[in-house]
Amino acid sequence: MAYVPLADQDKDHELHDPHTFITKYVWSQDHKVIAIQYGGTAICVGLVALVLSMMMRLQLGFPDSFTLIDPSSYYQAVTMHGMIMVVYLLTALFLGGFGNYLIPLMCGARDMVFPFLNMLSFWVYLLSVLILMSSFFVTGGPTGAGWTLYPPQTITPGTPGHDTGILLMLISLGVFIIAFTMGGLNYVTTVLQARAKGLTMMRLPLSVWGILVATILGLFAFPALLVSAIMMTFDLTLGTSFFMPAIMAAGEQLDYNGGSPILFQHLFWFFGHPEVYIVALPAFGLVSDVLSTHARKNIFGYRMMVWAIIAIGGLSFIVWAHHMYVSGMNPYFGFFFATTTLIIAVPTAMKVYNWVLTLWEGDIRLNTPMLFAIGFVFTFIHGGLTGLFLGNVVIDLPLSDTYFVVAHFHMVMGVSPVLVLFASLYHWYPKITGRMMNETLGKVHFWCTFLGTYAIYLPMHYLGFLGVPRRYYAMGSTDFIPESAQALNANITVAALFVAAVQILFFVNVFWSLRNGKPSGNNPWGATSLEWQTTETPPKHGNWGSDLPVVHRWAYDYSVPGYPQDFIPQNVPGDFGVSEDHDHETEMKEGPLAN
Amino acid sequence: MSFYKNVTAKPWEYTSPTVGTGPESAFASSSERIALTLFLVVVGVIFSLLAVSYYVRMEVGDWVPMNDPGLLWVNTAFLILSSVLFQLARNTAQGENFARARALFVAGGLCAVLFVIGQALAWQQLTSNGFDVANGPASAFFYLLTGLHVVHIVGGLWVWSKTTFRFYSQAELASVKHSVELCTTYWHFLLVLWVLIFAVLANT
Repeated sequence: MAYVPLADQDKDHELHDPHTFITKYVWSQDHKVIAIQYGGTAICVGLVALVLSMMMRLQLGFPDSFTLIDPSSYYQAVTMHGMIMVVYLLTALFLGGFGNYLIPLMCGARDMVFPFLNMLSFWVYLLSVLILMSSFFVTGGPTGAGWTLYPPQTITPGTPGHDTGILLMLISLGVFIIAFTMGGLNYVTTVLQARAKGLTMMRLPLSVWGILVATILGLFAFPALLVSAIMMTFDLTLGTSFFMPAIMAAGEQLDYNGGSPILFQHLFWFFGHPEVYIVALPAFGLVSDVLSTHARKNIFGYRMMVWAIIAIGGLSFIVWAHHMYVSGMNPYFGFFFATTTLIIAVPTAMKVYNWVLTLWEGDIRLNTPMLFAIGFVFTFIHGGLTGLFLGNVVIDLPLSDTYFVVAHFHMVMGVSPVLVLFASLYHWYPKITGRMMNETLGKVHFWCTFLGTYAIYLPMHYLGFLGVPRRYYAMGSTDFIPESAQALNANITVAALFVAAVQILFFVNVFWSLRNGKPSGNNPWGATSLEWQTTETPPKHGNWGSDLPVVHRWAYDYSVPGYPQDFIPQNVPGDFGVSEDHDHETEMKEGPLAN
Repeated sequence: MSFYKNVTAKPWEYTSPTVGTGPESAFASSSERIALTLFLVVVGVIFSLLAVSYYVRMEVGDWVPMNDPGLLWVNTAFLILSSVLFQLARNTAQGENFARARALFVAGGLCAVLFVIGQALAWQQLTSNGFDVANGPASAFFYLLTGLHVVHIVGGLWVWSKTTFRFYSQAELASVKHSVELCTTYWHFLLVLWVLIFAVLANT
């Protein structure tokens, strides 16, 4: 039987429109509902992590004034904050949330290729979140081993949650990986198989490219976490010694022998470093589309952007040990991994240049999504530059385990992706709900968040240079840290509380705009990509009514000379481009955006 | 469209709308096959990482080599037989011989069930000889690798049982042909995986 692509099979497609409340909103197989379920769950669990970070900041800023947490619960807060933010918020929201919502719409498909698997993916993800949250309520509380879960400390008596807490964490991670694999197979297959007619891979919006490559990274990287979680569970429950060396705890010889903690570190970071890009690549893609749309210009260097995404994805698997310079591994490894780390900066820098060049001479509209997107370019450059410091072994050694590292990774994979999340939420909210968000509230939210995060993280770099160690519950009396460091710490805490409080504006805006926002219409931003060309907003089940869209051009035909509007949607036929004998000089004089 | 043409396409240049439509816009393969291939890659990554861990852990001084039970050879024979029967079922399914394809398919699955039972017996032998999971790194890896492999076989048997059910509830060969093909691919993969695991375990 000859293979017929999905887009061609759809002639007599029957839409099984769900009618009951349960099938429509609870056990839903519609990618848009699943996206909102994923996003909502991720944001809720992210708020838990935000509260944990505030408790940590109160302790650090005003060590003698609060009795909220003791040293044990401080470590538990550090651990849960890190793990939740990286895995359960950012990964889930970018891939489960935006991936689910945008892939079928941007590809011109009716849904994911395997809708049932997609639904299952969300419910298994929810299960993993519930397992993780349950560890707050068991004896001993959640694990306090740090989000890297390094053995032997993780399962050695003395570490908070060294028995039940860590077990629940490992099980939760395993369940999460199963959920991610189900979703991931769906995302990749949908992009490869369910694109609309005429939508070649090189005509895809960069959002889809970012999500696609990030998903492939996840499929290859999460197995490393799964393997290390399984082996650690064996060490914990069955008494094996995969990672646990011979060790004493509280004066007693434990029943372990010969295990390799460094093996765990290699496995963990073989997952952990690609994980940075699992979060970053979707952000790169989404921000490219937001920048291009609101600058009314095609993205600069589209092919270069695609290949940079792919190159970063490939390289991200050979840089992992730059997290382990102080682990005692072979020094030649450091040379190799420092080199690869510098190489991966090249495609990343290309992307940054291309974003800036997309803005160059653009017809920039500084509305809320655009502000967040430009804010991302700033924070990402800052976080990226400090990455170059830490990627070099000789500079990393003195800075290792100081606040410089905390500042670096928060700028590059905390603040930056979160700014993209906000940019994307403000940008696609009209498509999701059919209403515009309030611009004034949005702008206040942006400026407070953007400047506030700088107030938090810039001073942290300085603390790092002073040698202030990270992960400490209280500094105690240390000679090399001046008194002023504590004043700075107090300032950081005030800024952090301010930024956390400001996020209320965002939630007020989301809920207020649901009812009171200005109706958005189908394409409020004048965007070209397919999701804005649906006949209904929010799109109905099946997305496209009776006929699937046919694609005639790439996703970035903005401000095409000679076309009456400053954008040409992807599904509009006809050649409006500049002809071969176009008079470039006239265009230069009149300006490319003369229309 | 060739790979080179695809990656060097200039999407900003207008081309006729027919470019990229039709079969060449997607992989000429079913979605299920693509998803299965991806899944097998993921499984391959899991076991590769375990194999790497095995050799790294072996370097540490406390490694005591372990004699694998001879029963594993019998189990391997069952798994090979299972894979052969699946392949025959797949070939027969192309030729529209419904009853024969069904018999071969069911027999293939049953051989895999025997493999799983055989693995359980091998574990029993090992534990009764004093090699339990916490006995040393070699036996820990033995249980881990064989256990995870059996988990994948059992997952495959679940799909096999669903397909078998469809074999008996529907008379149309076309409706199950694709499932038979996918099961066969999965079984061949698990056989190759098992042979590699066996080789790794034998190398103590």
